[in-house]
Amino acid sequence: MRGPEFRVLGGRPEGVTSLHVDDELETRSRIVVVGNGMAGARFVEEVLDRGGDEQFCITVLGDEPHGNYNRIMLSPVLAGESHEDEIVLNSHDWYADNGVTLRAGVRAERIDTAAKQVHADDGSVTPYDHLVLATGSYSFVPPMNGVRKDDGSLLPGVYGFRTIDETRAMLEATGRCRRAVVMGGGLLGLEAARALQGHGLQVELVHAMPWLMNAQLDAEAGAILKRSVESLGITVHLDVLATEVLGTEHVEGVVLKDGRRLDCDLLVVAAGVRPHTDVAVRSGLEVERAIVVDDQLRTDDPDVYAIGECAQHRGSVYGLVAPAWEHAKVLADVLTGTDPDAEYTGSRTATKLKVAGVDVAVMGVSTPERDDDEFLVISEPKRGVHLSVVIRDDKLVGATLLGDTRKVAFLTQAFDRGAPLPEERIRLLVDLSDGAAEMGVAEMPADSQICNCNGVSKGDICGAVADGCGSVGAVMDRTRAGKGCGSCKSLVKQIVEWAADGEVTEDASASWYVPGIPLAKPELMAAIREQDLRSVSAVFAALAPAGKEDAKSKMGLTSLLKLIWGADFVPQKDGEFINDRVHANIQRDGTFSVVPQMKGGVTTPAQLRRIADVAEKYEVPMVKVTGGQRIDLLGVRKEDLPAMWSDLGMPSGYAYGKSMRTVKTCVGSDFCRFGLDDSTQLGIDLETRFQGIESPAKIKMAVVGCPRNCAEAYVKDVGVVAVGGGKWEVYVGGAAGATVRKGDLLATVSSAQEVMTLTGRFLQYYRENGNWLERTYDFVPRVGLEAIRAVLADDEACTDLDAGIQRSIDAYTDPWGQDAGEPATPGQFRTSLPLVDLPMVPVR
Amino acid sequence: MSLTQTAATDSPAIGTPTEHVVGRLDEIPMGEGRTYVVAGVQVAVFRLRDGSLHATQAACPHAGGPLADGQTDVDVLVCPLHLYAYRWSDGGSSGGAGPLRLFPVREQDGDLLVTA
Repeated sequence: MRGPEFRVLGGRPEGVTSLHVDDELETRSRIVVVGNGMAGARFVEEVLDRGGDEQFCITVLGDEPHGNYNRIMLSPVLAGESHEDEIVLNSHDWYADNGVTLRAGVRAERIDTAAKQVHADDGSVTPYDHLVLATGSYSFVPPMNGVRKDDGSLLPGVYGFRTIDETRAMLEATGRCRRAVVMGGGLLGLEAARALQGHGLQVELVHAMPWLMNAQLDAEAGAILKRSVESLGITVHLDVLATEVLGTEHVEGVVLKDGRRLDCDLLVVAAGVRPHTDVAVRSGLEVERAIVVDDQLRTDDPDVYAIGECAQHRGSVYGLVAPAWEHAKVLADVLTGTDPDAEYTGSRTATKLKVAGVDVAVMGVSTPERDDDEFLVISEPKRGVHLSVVIRDDKLVGATLLGDTRKVAFLTQAFDRGAPLPEERIRLLVDLSDGAAEMGVAEMPADSQICNCNGVSKGDICGAVADGCGSVGAVMDRTRAGKGCGSCKSLVKQIVEWAADGEVTEDASASWYVPGIPLAKPELMAAIREQDLRSVSAVFAALAPAGKEDAKSKMGLTSLLKLIWGADFVPQKDGEFINDRVHANIQRDGTFSVVPQMKGGVTTPAQLRRIADVAEKYEVPMVKVTGGQRIDLLGVRKEDLPAMWSDLGMPSGYAYGKSMRTVKTCVGSDFCRFGLDDSTQLGIDLETRFQGIESPAKIKMAVVGCPRNCAEAYVKDVGVVAVGGGKWEVYVGGAAGATVRKGDLLATVSSAQEVMTLTGRFLQYYRENGNWLERTYDFVPRVGLEAIRAVLADDEACTDLDAGIQRSIDAYTDPWGQDAGEPATPGQFRTSLPLVDLPMVPVR
Repeated sequence: MSLTQTAATDSPAIGTPTEHVVGRLDEIPMGEGRTYVVAGVQVAVFRLRDGSLHATQAACPHAGGPLADGQTDVDVLVCPLHLYAYRWSDGGSSGGAGPLRLFPVREQDGDLLVTA
């Protein structure tokens, strides 16, 4: 095969290595890597990344004469879509530049584990301190008469599909061949068939199993794939073995077990791979299906390790690159001492690929295995689409997407991380509403706007990833995407994952309650209680790294401390957002809005008269009826706030806080001819009891007197619906903002008093368990309605919830009444823009 | 109507910068900011919990937000309107807005002195 045109891929002309010091002068320990494929080379990279070149002198023995190349990309090379130079991962120069000795074209033959030496086919003997076997796999050639010549080599015209040399030979053969038979209907076989067919050959595919890609797909999906492949013009023969290869000097055809003869002048054998274990076997290492390793990738010899496709870990042998790369990371951690206790515990494999022009994504199991596994299938054979998921104990344990992989980002996440699943399982596979956001992220044009609040496009996000932002949080910090209303966060995440092609680092901070304290909410609450931390500055001093305060964490901590300590909280104004400092909602020009409390949306002529007088006296630019059934005075100067509150003589409506805001009501049974119960009074009572209660995010409630839902109770954080006979339904987790969601029915109760109790318990459970800024419409599906019901059925838990919410209710004071007379801090209401003539908002 | 028209009032007066007494240190609560008019320019002065003082232009360069109403830590000032975070060190922000104009500020005998 090595003719005069032979060229070393990613190589120097002579294909040799760098200078290195004499062995006697070498003080570093020696790592020898056998195998220069994707696992071996990645391992070397991981060691170098950890500064391992100071500890170790590294030698790599590679059977192939080339630098390291991306084996996954051989199919596009065979198809003529990629040039072979494009698939080089590490050239010979890279090894030289990094002080790694690459001995390419040298095959290890035997290891003397006692003397700790590697014997190679060039007669060399290489001593090691640590030996890493990364010998990979080879194409399995099933036994067939005539496939090999007498010397054991393959009959000319017969090729495996594993290396760049085999790929080059096939490419070269396409020029003079007309008919090809591909043996094997797995991934590689299908890709080879498609590539050869693209070169104009007539291709027949022979697969021993009853359907294509049987290792990954179920029968039905395999049948749909067969139709798609046949529509390309490739003939498929299933469930049949080839028994004989015809031809003496060159392949002329194959004979199938049923006697049929297929003529060909090119035969590709892609009937699976087998781990390369011969070196390990000869060296006396334990080998079953592959080289047996423990959780630190160690073989039964303490200084010999195996990674990648040649390793068998806990009974599993992987044929994918992702586990090989995980092996490389763990072993690099262990050997360099970066994390001496690092362990590999197995991989959950998910793959997304294009096979013979058809998009395929598979992860986990393809069919249900237990009686109570949930199995959802959507099959559209005409469109060539077959989608299925397998769910076990509310977790995704398998998914198969054929012909339509738009949902792969979410499913991969759910599969890898056990993310919560939508209750309506069908949403795993199809989007039930339409709109741009539902388009697959891959298909979106680069200029489509993702974050409408901050005007961030898909291209901006991809640009940030290309510039090296390796996590969703880093991309959000750089682009500000998702930092407005937050409704686009999941889409941002999908795009980052797509753009980074799966190489996303998990934000450690994603689980923290606030970014400046490295603790999740339960641990943070425990630490605050244990160390008796009652102010924001005390929390930073005790729990932040180096005691360093963080501006963006202060608001969340203030809320949490109020929750924990109630009246015993030690307030610090700089721990509050400006809205909470001055009890009003800041507007775009630096003025504020004033919303007096109007319980249940019920007011009086006297109240309205006072509001009108105040609006005139202070020249309020706009008076507006709000969505929450109150009256908003907009465009108020900060310095006017205390005097306005005094003149109004009404309590704050909390229209500015991450707190309980308003309870909308309908006119109920007192007035409405359809009303079933007194929704107005219940709304007033709820607002009175829970007024101003701080929470992870704002809380909106409503009570309606019948299911006509005039006050929109079905789409509130807590919505109460009278159903007659004194009964009320309590819905939680509804929303009608950037997200629209009907609330989930938490319970049906028999009295208004029970509604009050249940609402208090739900609120307290949400306050204690919700993430900062997590609205109930995210919280309820995340935790699960059943889990919430279980808590509310637990008497002991309810006693604690009742006590917790009561502590906050007891701590309530009206902030307007409190700060109107005497400012809480010097200059609390001083203007911050003295030279700007406010208001600048339009006057109506 | 453009809120950034306030930028004119944030430009320094023509002439050599001089140091002015603008107010008293105890007028600013710990961790907060207050705005003063210095030589015809509005300047926001911040007193951090580590004892350090910082002075910046009063209106956010992004959309004119009142920076003295923002939240602080030892590294940054966060504007209350759109949460752009500006570094005390150079006035720049990771989100690309700015930079903020910074003014020298110090305390002497309880007085706040700003150079503008």
